[in-house]
Amino acid sequence: MTMIFGVPVQALLGQLLIGLINGSFYALLSLGLAIIFGLLRMINFAHGAQYMLGAFAAYLLLHFAGIGYWPALILAPLIVGVLGAVTERLFLRRLYDLDPLYGLLFTFGLALTLEGSFRYLYGASGQPYATPAALAGGTNLGFMFLPIYRGWVVVVSLIVCLATWFLIEKTKLGAYLRAATENATLVQAFGVNVPVLLTFTYGLGVALAAFAGVLAAPIYQVSPLMGSNIIIVVFAVVVVGGMGSIMGAIVTGYMLGIAEGLTKVFYPEASNIVIFVIMAIVLLIRPAGLFGREA
Amino acid sequence: MPALLEISGLNAWYGESHVLHGVDMVVGEGEMITILGRNGVGKTTTLRTITGILRKRQGVIKLAGRDMMQVPLHRTAHHGLGYVPEERGIFATLNVIENLMLPPNVGKGGMSLDEIFELFPNLHERRNSPGTRLSGGEQQMLAIARILRTGVKVLLLDEPTEGLAPVIVQRIGEVLKTLKERGMTVVLVEQNFRFAARVADRFYLMDHGKVVSEFPVGELPDRMDMLHKVLGV
Ligand SMILES: Nc1ncnc2c1ncn2[C@@H]1O[C@H](COP(=O)(O)OP(=O)(O)OP(=O)(O)O)[C@@H](O)[C@H]1O
Ligand SMILES: [Mg+2]
Repeated sequence: MTMIFGVPVQALLGQLLIGLINGSFYALLSLGLAIIFGLLRMINFAHGAQYMLGAFAAYLLLHFAGIGYWPALILAPLIVGVLGAVTERLFLRRLYDLDPLYGLLFTFGLALTLEGSFRYLYGASGQPYATPAALAGGTNLGFMFLPIYRGWVVVVSLIVCLATWFLIEKTKLGAYLRAATENATLVQAFGVNVPVLLTFTYGLGVALAAFAGVLAAPIYQVSPLMGSNIIIVVFAVVVVGGMGSIMGAIVTGYMLGIAEGLTKVFYPEASNIVIFVIMAIVLLIRPAGLFGREA
Repeated sequence: MPALLEISGLNAWYGESHVLHGVDMVVGEGEMITILGRNGVGKTTTLRTITGILRKRQGVIKLAGRDMMQVPLHRTAHHGLGYVPEERGIFATLNVIENLMLPPNVGKGGMSLDEIFELFPNLHERRNSPGTRLSGGEQQMLAIARILRTGVKVLLLDEPTEGLAPVIVQRIGEVLKTLKERGMTVVLVEQNFRFAARVADRFYLMDHGKVVSEFPVGELPDRMDMLHKVLGV
């Protein structure tokens, strides 16, 4: 068996793949958080619950309407994103002028309410969600066995991350978002409807979380607490990356997923805490995060 | 000259702090007026209140006869008000072109990109630089240029020459002359009344949140001593 640094290549590549998949979810979720924080200046504690909602939306679409994975990949983020937009209009909007603590408390309460309700309705254990037929099975890459669905997750989340980056950094709408992030009042005085922009932005961030949720359904099952398990790590990712940067959120997400995977190979005992250790080190050396601008 | 912008009895507050105490002002179509006044008398506040950025306000603001008091902030530009803030408001995360194209078109008669670049050749050279990498003078040009693109009827311009070198001040003076020839209506806030005298038709002198006197540019020589004393320049 081929070895690298005293570790079998298979094990290394296997964990690298798992790291890349986890990284895909970290990237999608921290990207949504970063977009929301950038414009709304609010830490969206409901992000994990909205990821869970995405998975449940796919599950419910299948069971009550017979709508399968592929349409759900579009429909579930759309539905959950619209719910997010409605939440912004009805509730979050009233909190912008208050201490940021209110937004934090509201979204935290929203997360508890959503997770509690789904736990009441569906129990704490997960519901299985079948891998779509087209992506079932795996392929032998020669050096390792690659489940096709996992490869798909890595590719499609990378595409969605890059598309979102393009939207924000290279389009007119993105220019409005970036400018409003710097000085919302002036952008509004120029004749841009910033309140609508805020609603759209929250909806977009939430839709990204829901999209991640649909992707996760066939891998991790659909369970009410799936969001609260991952979101703590995602917050650490955001801290490491720094709140300010879109590309920073994406790159950090993948990097930390891979770091976690590699730790499983070389020092498995530390794999659950490695991200938090990195977070602590980054906080000591660069409090604004790797990609953040010093405030 | 028909009045385009009419302001009367304008009061405004920052929280509990009452800053404008009944400002009266009339600006004719195509006219260029200048607001003078010491630091802190409420010149910037007057512009911010007219645009609707400062919303704790009372009194009358009419643009072409239309009541602007109820118009939400994101609609004031569409009624023809363009605002160039004192701090210029150039966005660091947008390059020069993006900064230039940011404000939506709100009316006919805005300058085309070609005209803008003819008037401000520097902006063309630096079009791909991040907005805040420009020099102070270039940022001021950019702040003015992006409003001229939009086709607003009234330009509210807050201390465009503040902190700039004499050649740049000269350049901004030429730009204002060009605007005047094009028939743009301008409300200029300026401490440098010698500069303003080259372009303004009329002056308003403010003190303690009120207009204390108003006079045409022709009377400026007679009032020089008084202005020196009041403005402390
Ligand atoms: N954001 C604010 N909050 C509270 N008070 C303010 C605020 N901005 C300005 N003021 C106060 O309102 C008054 C008028 O300020 P304003 O900025 O309109 O003056 P100005 O005439 O533009 O002065 P300058 O020549 O220094 O630009 C000042 O007393 C100032 O301290
Ligand atoms: Mg001022």
